[in-house]
Amino acid sequence: MDDISQLRLRKAIQNGLPLTEQPYLTLAQELGLTESQVMQAITDWQNDGMIKRFGLVVKHHSLGYTANAMVVWDIPEDKVNNVGELLSSCDAVTLCYQRPRQLPEWNYNLFSMIHGQDRETVLQQLASITEQNDLADFKRDVLFSYKLFKQCGGQYVQASHELASKGLTFKEQSL
Amino acid sequence: MKLLEQQLIDEYQKDLPVCSRPYLEVAKRLGVTESDVVSALKRLKENGTLSRIGPVFNHKKAGASTLAAMAVPEAVLAEVAERVNAFEGVNHNYAREHKFNLWFVVTAPDQDQLQASLKAIELSGGYKVMSLPMVKSHFIDLGFKVKWQ
Repeated sequence: MDDISQLRLRKAIQNGLPLTEQPYLTLAQELGLTESQVMQAITDWQNDGMIKRFGLVVKHHSLGYTANAMVVWDIPEDKVNNVGELLSSCDAVTLCYQRPRQLPEWNYNLFSMIHGQDRETVLQQLASITEQNDLADFKRDVLFSYKLFKQCGGQYVQASHELASKGLTFKEQSL
Repeated sequence: MKLLEQQLIDEYQKDLPVCSRPYLEVAKRLGVTESDVVSALKRLKENGTLSRIGPVFNHKKAGASTLAAMAVPEAVLAEVAERVNAFEGVNHNYAREHKFNLWFVVTAPDQDQLQASLKAIELSGGYKVMSLPMVKSHFIDLGFKVKWQ
């Protein structure tokens, strides 16, 4: 499959597969590809790590996990890898990334996410994570969300992409 | 929530079969029919539990992305959020309890376009954008483990 077809397929699947009995065939028909080309490309992307996971993407909030806390930590550089590993192994932690500090206004370099059914539970989980991993000495902050303005998949291939200049159009997929 | 819907959420946030009839394959494994699975997925989609079925891309391999934040006066937060959301590359936009109270992810095909988007968002939003790109991930995304009541 050529590069343009690959980009068109990525564009088509980044907002989800069509919910038909043969979703890969449906995609293939819309994109002028064969079903096996579509399946092969998705399999290749899973194997080479461009796709991290492939399946249902749920909304935490709709499942009753209404408390969403971004917990940020200020960890010395020589310890940040170690603490990152510790945090990511905690059941309650649903993401754990290192990011750069932006001094002077932002002094945190390790970001973790905790989704819980309520605020109290999240704070308790954080307290036990802090205690069990001996993290009490590190400065941290808890940023609960209080409004969701937008939630969708990452739009890596965009309408403004060079493909647009080639006169190709995309049919938006929304399951 | 019905048992089948719970099973789908527990077992298929990753490794959805890539074969001609994936939901038939799923149905066989769960001991139900293909149309049971498709109907359950449609219900989950309709009731807002399911965002989508498909890939979660690796940020670094799929293109460029960053976590961005703005400090916005509360009175105009919704208005600014709407202007930020108008950008195609913006996803996961949340208000959070902090001086930096608007947090969103920006994705783009490449680094140059990401930087251009950030500038355009700053201009349109009217507040400075703080960009915090991922340096390292410590997390293997296996989906979200739900504790059913």
